Amino acid sequence: MKVLTGLLLLLSMLAFAEDANYTAARAAMVEELWLYAQFVDDPDEARISDAVMASMGTVKRHELVPPSERRYSYENRPLPIGYGQTISQPYIVALMTELIDTDADDVVLEVGTGSGYQAAILAELVDHVYSIEIIPALAIRAKQDLERLGYKNITTKLGDGYYGWEAHAPFDAIVVTAAASHVPPPLIEQLKPGGRIVIPVGERFMTQTLLLLEKTEKGEVITRQYGAVRFVPLTGEH
Amino acid sequence: MRRLLPATLLVSAGAIGYELLLMRALSIVQWHHFAYMIISLALLGYGASGTFIALFKPQLEARFAAAFSISALLFSITMVLCFALGQRVPFNALEIVWDSRQFAYLSLLYLVFFVPFFFAACCIGLAFTCRRLDISRIYFFDLLGAGLGAVLVIGLLFVLIPQNALLMLITLPLVASLLMGIPSKARKPLMLAQVMWLALLISGIPQNQLGLRISDYKGLSQALQVIDSRVLSVSSSPLGLITVVDSPTVPARHAPGLSFATRHIPPPQLAVFTDADGMSAITSFAGDFESLGYLGDVTAALPYALLEQPDVLVLGAGGGGDVLLALYHGANSVDAVELNPQMTELVGDTYAEFAGFVYDDPRVAVHTREARGFVAQSNAQYDLIQIGLLDSFGASGAGVQSLNESYIYTVEAINDYLRITAPGGVLAITRWLKLPPRDSLKLVATAIDALRLIGVSDPGKQIALIRSWNTSTMVVKNGALSVEDVASIREFARSRSFDTAWFPGIQAGDANRFNRLDTPYLFEGTTALLGERAVDYIERYKFYIAPATDNRPYYFHFFKWATLPEVFALRKSGGAGLIEWGYLVLIATLLQAIMAGLVLILLPLSRVSRNWPARTGSRMGTYFLLLGFAFLFIEMAFIQKFILFLSHPLYSVAVVLSGFLVFAGLGSAWSQRLACKCEAGGRSPVALAAGGIALLALVYLFLLPFVFQRFIGNSDPVKIVMSVALIAPLAFAMGMPFPLGLKRVAEIAPDFIPWAWGINGYASVISAVLATLLAIEFGFSFVILLALVIYAIAAVIFGLLPARE
Repeated sequence: MKVLTGLLLLLSMLAFAEDANYTAARAAMVEELWLYAQFVDDPDEARISDAVMASMGTVKRHELVPPSERRYSYENRPLPIGYGQTISQPYIVALMTELIDTDADDVVLEVGTGSGYQAAILAELVDHVYSIEIIPALAIRAKQDLERLGYKNITTKLGDGYYGWEAHAPFDAIVVTAAASHVPPPLIEQLKPGGRIVIPVGERFMTQTLLLLEKTEKGEVITRQYGAVRFVPLTGEH
Repeated sequence: MRRLLPATLLVSAGAIGYELLLMRALSIVQWHHFAYMIISLALLGYGASGTFIALFKPQLEARFAAAFSISALLFSITMVLCFALGQRVPFNALEIVWDSRQFAYLSLLYLVFFVPFFFAACCIGLAFTCRRLDISRIYFFDLLGAGLGAVLVIGLLFVLIPQNALLMLITLPLVASLLMGIPSKARKPLMLAQVMWLALLISGIPQNQLGLRISDYKGLSQALQVIDSRVLSVSSSPLGLITVVDSPTVPARHAPGLSFATRHIPPPQLAVFTDADGMSAITSFAGDFESLGYLGDVTAALPYALLEQPDVLVLGAGGGGDVLLALYHGANSVDAVELNPQMTELVGDTYAEFAGFVYDDPRVAVHTREARGFVAQSNAQYDLIQIGLLDSFGASGAGVQSLNESYIYTVEAINDYLRITAPGGVLAITRWLKLPPRDSLKLVATAIDALRLIGVSDPGKQIALIRSWNTSTMVVKNGALSVEDVASIREFARSRSFDTAWFPGIQAGDANRFNRLDTPYLFEGTTALLGERAVDYIERYKFYIAPATDNRPYYFHFFKWATLPEVFALRKSGGAGLIEWGYLVLIATLLQAIMAGLVLILLPLSRVSRNWPARTGSRMGTYFLLLGFAFLFIEMAFIQKFILFLSHPLYSVAVVLSGFLVFAGLGSAWSQRLACKCEAGGRSPVALAAGGIALLALVYLFLLPFVFQRFIGNSDPVKIVMSVALIAPLAFAMGMPFPLGLKRVAEIAPDFIPWAWGINGYASVISAVLATLLAIEFGFSFVILLALVIYAIAAVIFGLLPARE
């Protein structure tokens, strides 16, 4: 019995130590993100606000990646999560979250739940997140992981994100993380006037730009494409 | 000997067949990058086996039949084993900028696929070494086998999927092993192994392990993850593995460049993947053009704003999307050209009902031909030539295709297209838009060069360019764009919230209005490319956007070394998409070829005794090194050049590789007669051969473009025969310097012979990759000219070798 108690104590100490390690790694990741955010010197470009950064510092990314990738979970890079999908690079997640400029009472739709990381980051900032996943196995896994982590304000479902989620529309913001050849017209319809849609453009592991789509109060659509990083394509013009 | 000759033929056929099959399979499982790696590692197998045989010659010679039989059996077994193992290496090319382990996986792949070639080469090498008296007959059967192997695998791929074709191929070395096993002293254990392998094959166990494990990140894998998705059909040919996927719950809706302002939703589609990527869509159509309203709101519809009831030529019809686009806009006639007959069959037959019998429309004529060939042979005049998106966004991004030769988007191609564009007609090309722009600007630069080449003094008056958030469409008019044209372009773009990036008379305020970018890259870039300082702009641009030509048809190559440190440093702050990683894979392949050749070919040779004068040794070494480089440079440049003529990389590799093997072999056999004649006349046979090579290669450099242009429209068999005929004299001459050198070595330093083979093999392993790198950087002509200079130096060095001990 004593041996068993000792073993349990040891295991809980190890778990605690592991958790402390991840907490430290997460803090270091946020430090790194700050550093990158400060390089953005164009006032028009997205900076990362304190609120978004706090959310990045709270969400346990290591709980949302496959065990084989866990040790890299606080590196600022995309990671494979199986089924040909990735968990986005934290810096890109932060930028995307920043671009949709959320308020605490917002209702946000996410198309492409994936690992659930983006939904968790949003859930720290808004009233409710609705998230749709097209791949059955990922939908189940993300739902379980998010429930385990205690997120009450995230509702997920398996389905076709092309038509949005009519029952909970309109949305203050929509985050599309799945690749698409075009922006589905139903998503634009389900966006509130003044709302924003953000879409990463590029292939997996390599986001090229972020597309931000704004619906004016009059219902017009204005879009803007951001380079995720400041890069001048001509030499001698920095 | 009765058994050895057919056994040699079977092993040789198996080796070349396996080489081609691996290229095919890896193009499906991964991407195109592996083609050159496979040629390199096949040569590594031959080089390493030469070293192995040199080291253990007495032992192997004593057990020749058994050694041959065991090698053939191991070749057969490792063909399957390494095919299955290689696919279990978790190499992910897309992750290469993030994860240094990927380089290790790449090396592992290289080593795994090297093994079967090593055993195949052991058989051939053993036959040459241990049955020297019959070397010419063995050589003949070896070369005949190579030629037959290429034909066999191409034939098999027409009827079987690659893994089943593999099961056919492995029987060749197995039969060779059985043939040679009979006279062997080790007959009983050998027979047991052969029977066990045969039983395993028949029982079907390996087949279960052979399924192609397609990268999770290719379009087909992604599509199959979607709810309720299912494969409707799979068909294979050397041109590609075509897979049709459907999901009743989440149908494909492929509409690149669809306007935000549209109210139309694309109808359900079937997704069609070629080699598990490059998605094309077959759109559900029931004859109601209202349902295709979205086709009016894509950037590719721009030319229809300028034309009424045009006669249209669609190049790369794929799933028929551009044909529907033409019919939707009231085209008078549509000639749809598609390279792959399977694709034509899908739209025109298998799924004809789903596609609304679009190919049966009286206005539509379908031509199963290669685009450049069709255009070269055509005397028609089209109002519109439409080239749509032939690849997926993912495949167009950050280097996936950077090593692909594409003869569709070259200066010469655009001139060909313009030749059959009616006065007032337009050429329209749609590309995925990358930011900062790469291929869109390269296309503009290519069009400008093409127009200048045909004497247009102000190309800017004939070009218009618009963009959505993910596509750009360029139109080039045969004649100046009129005021009315410009007004139509502006209205088309404005009403669909597309941005204009260029039209004659454009002002800065016209660009960057709807989908706003940090900088109006395309407008600024096009303005610069049309200006006087275009060359300076291309030079200063951080991606390679100089026009693609038939001599350097690497349209998707944007990599610049100078940019690498900057973009690599930016990868963690969101700049990963700026890294053109495809080129880095090629560099990594070159480095591993250098290392693997060193370790597997040259280092073991150091155990062979060296008793020759140091100076002679270094000269002999240099001679064989140079020959390895020169031969492969020309061979590789020809493979890449002939892709244009033979329409597909696999055809080109099969024809050029076996053509070079056979005729270089014949040249090699004839070289001794040349040596005798030269000796009598006091001339250097190598200088004579090098002179012949130089003459033929130079003639081809000037002649081939005209031959290709004239005959590209002929049928495949005719073109294959022509290709072989063209290759024959050059390969014949190129086959001579190596045996001539070997003969001299045998006279002055026989112990150097294994080194001669090893050094030559080492150079071949490296140059299979290096030639591609040089072609991308400097073009095919440069690679060929460089090879000629190397041949000349080799001839000089041959002259410096002592005549005889």
